[in-house]
Amino acid sequence: MRSTSNTIRTRRTVKAAATLLAGALALSLTACGSDDDKSGGSESSTGGKESGDTLTLPKLDGTTLEVAAVWTGTEQANFKKVLAEFEKRTGAKITFVPAQDPIINFLGSKIAGGSPPDVAMLPQPGAIKQAADKGWAKPLGAEAQAELAKNYSQGWQDIGKVGDKQYGVYYKAANKSLIWYNAKVFENAGASDPATWKDLLTTAQTVYDSGVTPFSIGGADGWTLTDWFENVYLSQAGPEKYDQLAQHKIKWTDPSVKEALTTLAQVWGKKDWVAGGASGALQTEFPASVTQTFTGGEQPKAAMVYEGDFVQVNIADTKSKVGTDAKVFPFPKVGDTAPVVSGGDAAVILKDSKGAQALATFLASPDAAEIQAKLGGYLSPNKNVDVSVYPNEVQQTIAKALIAAGDDFRFDMSDQAPQAFGGTPGKGEWKDLQDFLKNPTDVAGIQAKLESDAAAAYGN
Amino acid sequence: MATPAAAGAPGAPAPPRSRKSVTGTRRTVAALFLLPALVLLGALVVYPIGYSVVRSFYDQSGDGFAGVDNYKALFTDEGIRTALKNNVIWVVFAPTVATALGLVFAVLTERVRWGTAFKLVVFMPMAISMLAAGIIFRLVYDQDPDKGVANAVWVGVHDTFAESSAFPKAHPGRDSPLRPQDGGFITKAPVRTGVPVALPLVGVAPDQMPGSAEKAVQARPGQGEITGTAWQDFTRGKGVGTLGAPDPSELGYAGMRIEAVKDGEVVASTKAADDGTFTLPAKADGAQLRLPASNFKEAYNGLDWLGPSLVTPAIIGSYIWMWAGFAMVLIAAGLAGIPRELLEAARVDGANEWQVFRRVTVPLLAPVLAVVAVTLMINVLKVFDLVFIIAPGSSQDDANVLALELYRKGFSEDQPGIASAIAVFLLLLVIPVMWFNVRRLRREVRR
Repeated sequence: MRSTSNTIRTRRTVKAAATLLAGALALSLTACGSDDDKSGGSESSTGGKESGDTLTLPKLDGTTLEVAAVWTGTEQANFKKVLAEFEKRTGAKITFVPAQDPIINFLGSKIAGGSPPDVAMLPQPGAIKQAADKGWAKPLGAEAQAELAKNYSQGWQDIGKVGDKQYGVYYKAANKSLIWYNAKVFENAGASDPATWKDLLTTAQTVYDSGVTPFSIGGADGWTLTDWFENVYLSQAGPEKYDQLAQHKIKWTDPSVKEALTTLAQVWGKKDWVAGGASGALQTEFPASVTQTFTGGEQPKAAMVYEGDFVQVNIADTKSKVGTDAKVFPFPKVGDTAPVVSGGDAAVILKDSKGAQALATFLASPDAAEIQAKLGGYLSPNKNVDVSVYPNEVQQTIAKALIAAGDDFRFDMSDQAPQAFGGTPGKGEWKDLQDFLKNPTDVAGIQAKLESDAAAAYGN
Repeated sequence: MATPAAAGAPGAPAPPRSRKSVTGTRRTVAALFLLPALVLLGALVVYPIGYSVVRSFYDQSGDGFAGVDNYKALFTDEGIRTALKNNVIWVVFAPTVATALGLVFAVLTERVRWGTAFKLVVFMPMAISMLAAGIIFRLVYDQDPDKGVANAVWVGVHDTFAESSAFPKAHPGRDSPLRPQDGGFITKAPVRTGVPVALPLVGVAPDQMPGSAEKAVQARPGQGEITGTAWQDFTRGKGVGTLGAPDPSELGYAGMRIEAVKDGEVVASTKAADDGTFTLPAKADGAQLRLPASNFKEAYNGLDWLGPSLVTPAIIGSYIWMWAGFAMVLIAAGLAGIPRELLEAARVDGANEWQVFRRVTVPLLAPVLAVVAVTLMINVLKVFDLVFIIAPGSSQDDANVLALELYRKGFSEDQPGIASAIAVFLLLLVIPVMWFNVRRLRREVRR
């Protein structure tokens, strides 16, 4: 409540700043701004980076901006440090607006209420398109576009486009093609990093023979299951089919889906291969699926857990250390090439202003990304980010892999689907794959269910 | 128990006794004083209700008039139907059980010395927010008996009667001489005297071996008897090592049951020694060796509290935990108002305690019980937080209730029209119950 009234007040201040009456107010704000600027200057010089070199930002003393994102906890704290740097360099004041998932609906109510944030971090290309179609999103200006073109590969630029207009700056990326494992368990079992799906099954069997359950699956959260499926499908059916299925141009009853689900069932359906069995996995939330893999000494509940680079945030909650106790290998190739499924959050401007454009430009620059990269738990699709700033070797490897994939990555399929199908707990693809985890023999039944849900959500 | 009811009541029924008010204030002045309250009520209660009703007749984007389509969706959408069904279960069971428990507590605490202390304890959950209670019960119902107290108790009781075995996950490795049979394993070929039998299995970690297990040794060939070894054919860090023969650090399956089977009949049986070796008499010659299923019984994992079938009763349980105290306090207050003479008279007439309770106390308390039950009903119709927090994503669909569906439709599926229709529907459901309650209050005030 209080923060809302505060923001209303500050916005009024901005409007009033134009008038003579509020001149004094504006002056005092400027004074504050320049104060901040001074301290910022000293700090950025200690950081050894001259801000003017890579990026020129306008002076924005007295401007206030609101940024909405769904991030919480450490992630939010780290992002606020990036915003703080922007405040130092420009003198603008930024308020972070915590949003709920799905953020597009949150923004909808904000816009209906007449007070959209200036910039929002949208996680899905579908959401960007929706925002652009409804006229909420404003295209990027020339400066932001130039910065983007300088730092991002074509693929990452394109997923921020709607039509031929650039709307989104993918500030944060996720590499969702990773399998994390408990190094001690692998050592005890004498298992090695698999490169192919067949190797993965052998490795899992070896681990199982050593007396540890191979996989931990956070099935209470449907999105971990859709990510599993996407990796298998992308590698097995290939990028073209992947795109078609993402747009629902081929049906979920397609033989390629059947093949992918059958492949998936080789892991999901094997007795004792999933920690807690299917019913246990369905009650395990994603954070617990990670922690149970990396706690329990030589007898953790499971040896491997599949998910993206953000798993390390949860590993940090355990005593295990990323790189020594917790290691990672890329999702093995099921077909000809290993999959690179990624996700990300794009900054989108909702209220066009000099400040908002400057912030978008800043977020597209390596300067912003390197601040958060240094703090860990973050991956940037920005190819000009110095890989050595990531805090450990594992992160550097993940970052290198993501940049090396160039334009060959595919964006998370469920994130591209309509919310009702790909993003609602207990509904659509999430629910159907949970049912599949419970009963992995019923491939045809699940396909039919997926297709009918998809048809309803896509409206075709 | 008229107390809490009466406290809120005096303002509600405007007594139309005389045209002029007692103090002689003019109507305009009265209206002036009422205005702030009316404006607030209008802006905060009447307008939102009105807008919800209007919104429920518009489509998803809010631009096109949709007629009764949203209401049609109410009764055709599968999710909403489950929600409706669950709401009925909630309304029937939660208030009745909470009221019954409250009644029992109230009557019993009246007779014990530390009644007040007991009441305090039972009432305490009311001081916790629904959200906190939800988080607590999420843990209580955790599947893992090491975390969830419900399963810990359940498994504890179960294991007192049925013990689990030492090697639940043991299974044959590759190229094994064993094949699975009825949950156990049996040798593919018959065994002969004088030839040591190897029964290698994998899948038991050294830390999970029975404490007495020792390093496995190759059995010596026995004269006129069958000898062999059952052991964990897996060396930590090295894999199977020598396949089908004990490596130096591999452990024997101490206590593994071994049966010799001929034509489906058990002819001899034994248990493996600490080093995994075993001996069977000569009559087992030519039999197949079986490791019966009793060796591999899975540790009992308790009930699937938050699975599709038990999730609604489990959440209702947590609701009762919270609200039985509330019912108890109101009923106890009512109980205090019952004339003692009636109870005494019944006792003098020779009624036993049960008869007194059944024929005197309960009928006298009936009005209070009704108020409690109805209040709880209104409360239950809008239950949301407990379901939202306790049910894991995978069974949220099965635990769904109308208020939760309203939230999901409105905020995650972006269907404000349908969500508004659900809200209006909920309002309609609550109105008769509320009307009943208000009427009763009025009658009590008059009395």
